[in-house]
Order: sequence, then structure tokens, then C-alpha cells
Amino acid sequence: MKISVIKRHLGDSLKSLRRNGWMTVAAVSAVTVTLLLVGIVMALLFNVNRVSHQVENDVNVRVSVDRSVTKKQKSKLRSELADLPSVTSVKYRSRSTELKSIISGYGQQWQMFKGDENPLNDVFLVKTKSPAATMKVAKKAGKLANVTEASYGGKTARKLFRYVNNMRNWGTGFAIMLLFVAIFLISNTIRITILSRQNEIAVMRLVGATNSYIRWPFLLEGAWTGLLGSIVPIVVVDVGYNLIYHSMSATQAANGFTFYPQMPFLLWMDLLLAGIGIVIGALGSVVSMRRFLKI
Amino acid sequence: MISMDKVTKQYDNGVTGIRDVTLEIQQGEFVYIVGPSGAGKSTFIKMLYHQLTPSSGDIKFNKFDFATMKPREVPMLRREMGIVFQDFKLLPRMTVFENVAYAMQVVEKEDDEIKPRVLQVLKEVGLEHKLRRFPSELSGGEQQRVAIARAIANKPTVLIADEPTGNLDPETSEGIMDILELINSQDTTVIMATHNRDVVNSRQHRVLEIAGGELVRDEEEGSYGIED
Repeated sequence: MKISVIKRHLGDSLKSLRRNGWMTVAAVSAVTVTLLLVGIVMALLFNVNRVSHQVENDVNVRVSVDRSVTKKQKSKLRSELADLPSVTSVKYRSRSTELKSIISGYGQQWQMFKGDENPLNDVFLVKTKSPAATMKVAKKAGKLANVTEASYGGKTARKLFRYVNNMRNWGTGFAIMLLFVAIFLISNTIRITILSRQNEIAVMRLVGATNSYIRWPFLLEGAWTGLLGSIVPIVVVDVGYNLIYHSMSATQAANGFTFYPQMPFLLWMDLLLAGIGIVIGALGSVVSMRRFLKI
Repeated sequence: MISMDKVTKQYDNGVTGIRDVTLEIQQGEFVYIVGPSGAGKSTFIKMLYHQLTPSSGDIKFNKFDFATMKPREVPMLRREMGIVFQDFKLLPRMTVFENVAYAMQVVEKEDDEIKPRVLQVLKEVGLEHKLRRFPSELSGGEQQRVAIARAIANKPTVLIADEPTGNLDPETSEGIMDILELINSQDTTVIMATHNRDVVNSRQHRVLEIAGGELVRDEEEGSYGIED
């Protein structure tokens, strides 16, 4: 296609957008409402997913070491733990470090257990490749010599894994459903605007326009509609996310999880929303006008 | 230039549009298609620009053979024709200038070629002062003149007009006929379906009369000749 023809199509699509007046407003509004919903749900889902991963990954197997072991036995145990299948890292925490974290978490009254009064054991914190492997590793670790206990949270952890898995599956299902709703709503609105212009398409064909020549301005107009419709959702998601991120920053730090930092997360969200708008707008136009182009 | 060989059009509901029509039209002719309502005039005209296809028989127009033509060639066929309708069929969201220019844009002419040609044809139909008006701001006669300007913008070899004066008063109709005769004098074939007895009788040209779907008269310099 000639450059001059591409320029002409671009110009025509913008002109048509302006001249269609309320039809354009209706189509853009439909895109706006749908993408707003998509944007909010997507931002929420991405972060729920991130936090659930963080929570999952935070579940370690705690292997308590017998207090009577020698240094040599400890290092042997460490390498035995590291050799277990699915283990990614083994971290040592002495009983005094363990006590310190209890003191910082539960208060100064635990100070009295400092020194020889410390009832805690040294522990190895074992991380596994997947949350599901945690239980197996704990079982195997419990059978090793010089291990007094290997725990992973038992029922609580299993419940958490199930809960997180469910949330992820339902969330993904919901997002896919919402995307279909978006495609349906946007392409249907554009379809109505095109139906009102079927006479116009018929006249274009009668003066000898090829189908692709007719299609281009409509495709571009649909893309513009999608892009314009994504502006408000982008602004709302950006501003809303910033506000929520700041207001929850203290909670995040205290609970050991973090949302996606605004950058580049919001940039990706903006591109995703604009992209969905443009693609669905353009495709909606082309699909809607297909039957008017049959010779 | 145009030839029809035993052309019949039968619609899906069994109604016959035209039956067994054979004729030839030469370059530069002015031909009226006359006949009562429902006789098959519109079917005849629509088959010329491939809006309808024959059920049997063949139509040839210049290098195009309708029997073997592929769907993608239809736009190319229409680019060699100018088509004018009773209801004008202008693009409502385009100005007068844009409506005429559109016919040239679809054949991918450059802007520096389009502008002078559009101005020229609009001058020929007497609308050079209404370039920026939209169709809804024009009278019926003016809209028809825009449609004619659009039809001749690409210098077609044939101008097909389906009842071009059907919605117009006698005075405006005369103006439209003047323009069509001017176009014909420049060696463009004009084929015009009409009900307008006065026009046919006052500006005599070849007359093809269709009745009950059949070609019943083919007369050089003929008159309307149908009793109302």
C-alpha cells in the first residue's frame, strides 16, 4: 500500500471518529467502562498472585537440631539436608538468633531466657523448590540422625496451599471470563455503530472500492475508539494503585509481603489496557463489517 | 462495448427479473431503458454493474466477461463505470468535495491529481461553490449533480443511471438531462433507466423497452411509447 494511501486512511479514520459524534461517544464509553473493570481486576489479580507466591515461598521446613550434637555432626546434617531431593537452600540459625527473633516479635519478657536459660534448639531452615515438596522434605528430614523435629506448619500449611491454589485458579478463570465479556461488549458496541453505516459501506463498494480499502478506515477507527476508551481506565488504575500502594506500605512491611512496585508495573498495566482496547476495537470493527463486504 | 447474450435472471423466490435478453450497446451511445414498474428495468441495470448476476446467459463489458469474472475483479469493473441512482447514494458523513474525491481515492489516485479533477467536475455540474457542504445541506437536484460528478470523476467509459430524475421536479430534471447529454457528447456511453415520458420524448435517443422481463422494443431515436 502506498504511503499516501496509509496517510489518507489515518486521516479518514480520525475524521470519521469526529463526524460520528454520539456513536463514537457511545463506543468509547463502552470501552471505558469495560476496560475500567478489566484494569481493576487485573491489577488486583496480579498482586494477589504475587502475594500468594510470597506467602507460599515463605513456608520453610524447620529442622530442629539435637542440643548435644558436635559441630562436625551439625555440618554433616547440613549437607544431608542439602542433598535431599527438591531442596534449594539450607540456612542455619543458632538458638540465640532464634531467641532474638522471638524477643523482637513477642516482647522483652522473653529476655529472661537469654544465655543458658535459652530453651530453644539450633535450627536449619530448609527451602524447597515447590510448596508441595515441603511436606515430603519435612518427612524425610525428620528421619535423619540428630534431628529432634522437622515441621512445616502441618495442617495450616496444607490449608494455605490449597487456599492459595484455589484463589489463583478462580482468579485466572475470572480474568479470562472478564476478558471475554470485554471482547463481547466492545465488539458489540462497535458492531452497532457499523450497522448504522451499512449503507455507507454499500456505496463505497458501488464506486469501486476494494474490500481492503473499505476495511482500513473502519479498522483504524475501531483502534482509535479502543485507545480513547483506555485513557480513563489507565488514569484511574494509575492513580488508584499509587494511593493504595502508599497507604498500605506500612502493612506490607509488617506482614512480610510486597505489592508490585509502581514502576514498571503500572507501565505494563497501561500498555496492557491500551493494547486490549486497540486490538479488541480494531478486531471488533473488522469482524462486524465482514458480512457487509461479501460480493 | 456491452453485450448481453440470452441473459435471464430468476430470483430465489421464483420471480423472473428479465428473460432471454440479447443486445449490444456501442461506445458513445445514449440508451434509455423504459418500461412499467416491475418490468425488470432495475434488474437489467443492476446486472450491468454486477450487483446481480445472471441465472443464465452471459454479459460482457469491455475486457470483463461476467461469466468468468472473479469476485475480486468486481471493484475493477465498477471503476470503469459511473453509477447514478434515484436516491443519489451519497456518503452522508462526507462533504461534496470528499464525496467526489472518494471515487478517485479508491483507485489510489494521488491528491495532486484528485483536487483539480474534482474541482473540474464540480464546475461541470455547477456546484463548485458548494464544496464544503454536506449532502443533507443540499437540494435533491444538487445531490443528484454531486452523484453525477462522482460518477464521472474517473472518466468512465459508461455512465449507468437508474431513474436519475425520479425524485426531481421537471425543471431540475431538465438540468440533470443537460449534464447527461454533455457527458454523452464527450463519448461516454450513457445508459439510463427512466419513467420520465417527457424526457424520453423531448431528447430522443435509442430506446430499449422492457415488459414482463422481456426486451419488447429496441428502437433508434425512439419515444417513450408506453400507455400509462
